[in-house]
Amino acid sequence: MQELITRAKELLADGTVSRVLGWKKGDMGWDPEPAYFEKEEELENFVYNPFCGANLSKYLIAAGKLEGTTLVFLKPCDTYSFNQLIKEHRVKREKTYIIGVGCHGTLKAEKVRDAGIKGIEDAVIDGDTLKVKTIYGAKEMPLMDALLERCKVCKGRTHVIYDELIGAEEGEEAGPVGLAGDRFAKVEELEAMSPKERFAFWQGELSKCIRCNACRNVCPACSCLKCVFDSNQFDSNQKANADTFEEQMFHIIRAFHVAGRCTDCGECSRVCPQGIPLQLLNRKFIKDINTFYGEYQAGADTESRAPLTDFTFEDVEPGIVGERGGGR
Amino acid sequence: MYRIKRNKLTELFAAISEAQDLFLPLRKCDQTNYGLWSQEEAFDLDTLKTVKSAKDCFFPQSEVLYRCKTEGGKLSIDPQKLCDRDFVVFGMRACDVKAVEVLDNVFLNEPVDTFYAARREHGTIVSLACHEPEETCFCKNFGIDAAKPGADVETWFIEDSLYWNPLTEKGEALTAAVSELLENAEDSADKAVEEEQESIRSIIDKLPLSHLDLSKFKPENTMELFDSPLWEEMYKPCLACGTCTFVCPTCQCYDIRDFDGGKNGVQRYRCWDSCMYSDFTMMAHGNMRTSQMQRFRQRFMHKLVYYPANNDGLYSCVGCGRCVSKCPASLNIVKVIKKLGGEA
Amino acid sequence: MQVENTEFRPKIVAFCCNWCSYAGADLAGSSRLAYPADVKIIRVPCSCRVNPMFILRAFQRGADGVILCGCHPGDCHYTTGNYYTRRRMTLLFSMLDYLGVENGRTRVEWVSAAEGVKFSTTMNEFVAKIHELGENVRLEDLRCKN
Repeated sequence: MQELITRAKELLADGTVSRVLGWKKGDMGWDPEPAYFEKEEELENFVYNPFCGANLSKYLIAAGKLEGTTLVFLKPCDTYSFNQLIKEHRVKREKTYIIGVGCHGTLKAEKVRDAGIKGIEDAVIDGDTLKVKTIYGAKEMPLMDALLERCKVCKGRTHVIYDELIGAEEGEEAGPVGLAGDRFAKVEELEAMSPKERFAFWQGELSKCIRCNACRNVCPACSCLKCVFDSNQFDSNQKANADTFEEQMFHIIRAFHVAGRCTDCGECSRVCPQGIPLQLLNRKFIKDINTFYGEYQAGADTESRAPLTDFTFEDVEPGIVGERGGGR
Repeated sequence: MYRIKRNKLTELFAAISEAQDLFLPLRKCDQTNYGLWSQEEAFDLDTLKTVKSAKDCFFPQSEVLYRCKTEGGKLSIDPQKLCDRDFVVFGMRACDVKAVEVLDNVFLNEPVDTFYAARREHGTIVSLACHEPEETCFCKNFGIDAAKPGADVETWFIEDSLYWNPLTEKGEALTAAVSELLENAEDSADKAVEEEQESIRSIIDKLPLSHLDLSKFKPENTMELFDSPLWEEMYKPCLACGTCTFVCPTCQCYDIRDFDGGKNGVQRYRCWDSCMYSDFTMMAHGNMRTSQMQRFRQRFMHKLVYYPANNDGLYSCVGCGRCVSKCPASLNIVKVIKKLGGEA
Repeated sequence: MQVENTEFRPKIVAFCCNWCSYAGADLAGSSRLAYPADVKIIRVPCSCRVNPMFILRAFQRGADGVILCGCHPGDCHYTTGNYYTRRRMTLLFSMLDYLGVENGRTRVEWVSAAEGVKFSTTMNEFVAKIHELGENVRLEDLRCKN
């Protein structure tokens, strides 16, 4: 972490960048907030630890409109989002200085607290163990039980775009030790259920939705200046959790709007106050796109055409959904 | 003082729900929220804080105000019936109980909100002391005693029993209605409760956010706080979502909208609104809060300055800490209090 | 194929593209080919005009089935519109299925201006399928129901 601060100070001092976008220490060890640093001394509050889950790419949309270059610290996952935003002309590459930071997984603070670890001050990942520094002394717990859902199926430690790397190796591919799980496992599990069971599952999950729009506002792919759900021309219940249809509608449309553009960064599930596994909707689209139109990773590059703005003459017919039966 | 064994709670709840509706923290899909209890539902009184507060029971996130319909060229208006069924909310914590007082000041003063008033009239609150407050709790700053939660009946979990102490007429009535299940507490009960209270208070005292300096948040400082340059610094991570407002037990803003149900007529409903949303202040003439900084400032100025100025110094934050644990960008009222109050 | 006259009268929305399918429906009509009156046609400039939201809205407002008809791939009046439709609808239908909505309630069929017979048989088949599935309850909006 000290290395990051030193480098940021250098870049601020020599005028390469006008501000630094990173994470700032919170009141508790587990709640660092995304923050801008404009003076060297402010960087004393800079922090980078496994609780820094926030994907800073989204903030670069606003940062691009500011004067001067912004230095940003991006985790491997976050660089995919940044690439995708370049493709969509939402961020300015030339006004961004990217330092790729190493990542061994990010944590869900609630899970650490649920494991009975209180008074968290800091945490370090050591192999498959999470070492937590607390006001009551050092504590340990299995890393798997503390990770955010997205990190359990890490898509790798490669930064797809950066100006320099700190704490990470170029071309580092493997996920965190022993974590490269199958991200579609849960999707497949749902597909194997009967339609009635699937419906009950989603009904239960989506009816928890409180329409706070956190999933939308945190999503780097949701970069519309005015969201269709905020339009007063459109007859939607926007803020009301009026009845189940509205929630289904909101989440289907939201997932559809980001289909083919979603990099699977998992921010939506991270921020959902009701713990709705929103990534399962996005992953379904990703899985279908991979099956029907060939493997595609949004944000892996800045040029390729997105699956939904592309086609081939031989594409499958929509009838395939019924033909292959069940939810596959 | 009465008591009931913990393993007999289901019987107690069944007895209550025979005559009236019973709202309990229910465990559904891995989360705990207040909901209407029935025998099939699993209640969860161990989770300290429900995701949404108990506000929902008195001021639901969405409710229909009236319906109108045209039939044969005639317009009919059908007002929504006010709540006329008694209900009990069980397990509200001290902070949520205090939040009801904050809401009362808004909704029960002229002009009275009849929907809210009807629910308040028919609702009985059974509060529950917090056995183990969490590090996100900061109720102490607002003069709330988590060890003595108040309301119509206050209760404590001690070992395998629930101690039950009615405080109001409504509380006595509820106690009488379930008296068959309650036994008179033994003489040592008062002592046991006192010990439990001591233990709760000593935990609260040690919590990291229990000693905030609120002295700056006074009506006379309104303009100074409003014009503070610190807002510009603080608001930046805010994503403009409504999480903090929707999990907050005291946020009381709502929007009124119409839903056109086609031949089924039009429903006029109200739903919680969030001052964090850009259309919150959208009016025919335009929008007077055009930046997120202004919206962010509004929320905290309202909680800490405007509301107390109009309500004899009562803050409209109860320190439940829900925003502390739920904000996607880890922003929260504590950070604002510290920064503006000069602590950070 | 004729559908028996039972109590349940499904509401079916058919989005038809202006250039092929709508003309196909016309041909079915002028050829006196029967298809159930339960099908309500909405003419769209191109099948690609159909936003996934239109389909969800139709279900919300009481549709029991939604069918989308466009030009055969390769024949689009706008050259490529229906290729995009094909991808979109494949993903949307798969998502609806994933959420537990019966997958027979949605369908895409390519019908040219010369295929009056195909239009009529498609609609008859689809209506029969919806009869089999019954009323749409999984995507309904109670506020729109009597």
